Amino acid sequence: MKALSIRQLSKRYPNGVEALKGIDLDVEEGDFFALLGPNGAGKTTAIGILTSLVNKTGGQIEVFGHNMDRELEAAKACIGVVPQEVNFNQFEKVCDIVVNQAGYYGISRRQALPRAERYLKQLDLWEKRDSPSRNLSGGMKRRLMIARALVHEPRLLILDEPTAGVDIEIRRSMWEFLREINAQGTTIILTTHYLEEAENLCRNIAIIDHGQIIEKASTRRLLDKLSTETFILNLQTALREVPEVDGYQLNMVDETCIEVEIHRDRSINALFQQLSDAGIQVASMRNKVNRLEELFVRMVHGGRNDRAGGES
Amino acid sequence: MSRRRQNMVGLYTIVHKELTRVLRIWIQTLVPPAITMSLYFVIFGQLIGRRVGEMGGLDFMAWIAPGLIIMAVIQNSYGNVVSSFFGAKFGRHIEEMMVSPLPTSMILAGYVIGGMGRGLLVGLLVALIASLFVPLQVANPLVMAAVVLLTSATFSLAGLINAVFAKKFDDISIIPTFILTPLTYLGGVFYTVELLPGPWRELSLFNPILYMVNLFRYSIFGVSDVRLDIAFVIILAMLIVLYILAFYLLKRGIGLRA
Repeated sequence: MKALSIRQLSKRYPNGVEALKGIDLDVEEGDFFALLGPNGAGKTTAIGILTSLVNKTGGQIEVFGHNMDRELEAAKACIGVVPQEVNFNQFEKVCDIVVNQAGYYGISRRQALPRAERYLKQLDLWEKRDSPSRNLSGGMKRRLMIARALVHEPRLLILDEPTAGVDIEIRRSMWEFLREINAQGTTIILTTHYLEEAENLCRNIAIIDHGQIIEKASTRRLLDKLSTETFILNLQTALREVPEVDGYQLNMVDETCIEVEIHRDRSINALFQQLSDAGIQVASMRNKVNRLEELFVRMVHGGRNDRAGGES
Repeated sequence: MSRRRQNMVGLYTIVHKELTRVLRIWIQTLVPPAITMSLYFVIFGQLIGRRVGEMGGLDFMAWIAPGLIIMAVIQNSYGNVVSSFFGAKFGRHIEEMMVSPLPTSMILAGYVIGGMGRGLLVGLLVALIASLFVPLQVANPLVMAAVVLLTSATFSLAGLINAVFAKKFDDISIIPTFILTPLTYLGGVFYTVELLPGPWRELSLFNPILYMVNLFRYSIFGVSDVRLDIAFVIILAMLIVLYILAFYLLKRGIGLRA
């Protein structure tokens, strides 16, 4: 079953800006899906329409088979949303925010309290349950919004840049939590600027730019599109000059670090063999940039260059 | 659980939240009207009232007491919803309700009941203070209940409409300052419209607050400047018009959704 089905979704703002130009998108039940795009691409508008905070101009949306024009309440009941900006009452207590949200979904206080306890504990916020929410740190506020979004146990969880401005330790613990939630059956749609996040978490990805979906595929297939990858090799001993290696173009970053671009048809083993034969020992290796990030930049900039060429 | 029951839970949640807020910030919500009204009773009732003598067949203190009580109900019902709803809009936590399956009618009812709750609470407080200065009776409890409920609901709706259009905090004080307060003062709280010269008396009849004040005064002392049936029709009509407008604004998401 499809968790989300979008057909020809469009949005034109009163100032004439066309934020969405008739996008089509399907997300399967149980998927962990990333919606990527540069700033102003239309991601937040799309999420705003899905969560009833933005009026659409045209198109159809179905959430678990519920048409949002005809069965709005049933569709909304399936969705939990974690917005980009903090949007809870800063004067309310942490636990009250979660319990009240459950109430809006028709869950009585008696049922909501144990659920709030469970999610606040899972997200390390239980100790703060009686604190006014304004006293929480940035990372805690983000986790509170996740607990609030989950309290009615939605089938589809939408997260709009949930880890923005969160330190790496908390980000990784949030990733772990989201993986668990997804493994338990919740479909997750995520927008993020951290492409490492999308590569690590998501099975399918759509890239949106200028209000249009420019790419839609599984993460694996998308990464396969990268024809070359650039690696950084850290060496055990210092070099004076760039070594000559057949079939590979090496650049020196500094005396113990070289950079090499490898075509996906070529084996990396041959490079290591030749380096080893020349007496150069590699201590460690890493991608120069995140692979998805590289692909994303190429696609978005490639698309822009094509458009610019077409317009000129 | 049935959808209707879920909606009732949602409605209860909003009302509970609103009333908790009123009681949590009691120093802002309950104390100021109590002090202001006490001053009215002391200055206008005790000091000036003695020199005024009778008004409309009643002792002046007795004449102003019902007007001041209903004025407190009006101002506090309006003030509660306009500040709470605008605060939720400004702080964006109104989105918590907008993303939920709670129907527009329930969101509207939740805020209106919250406003009515504060209006009635403050009205009761002012009535207690008034009873220290003048013996109050209840000549017609049914009329009293009806007029207080209708008035507080009407001005709660008006406050919500104000909040929907407000873009900054200044915008939520414009209507109370320039429209609500003058209309209340000119609505027969301190005088009987019989004292006004012809054209001014005719003009006063277009002021809906005049009917609310007079109905409430009738419910206490059994005297009124206006016909009761016309007064009820006017208040009901105002309530219905404001409800339809508020519902339309919320349903369309005007001032709330992009």
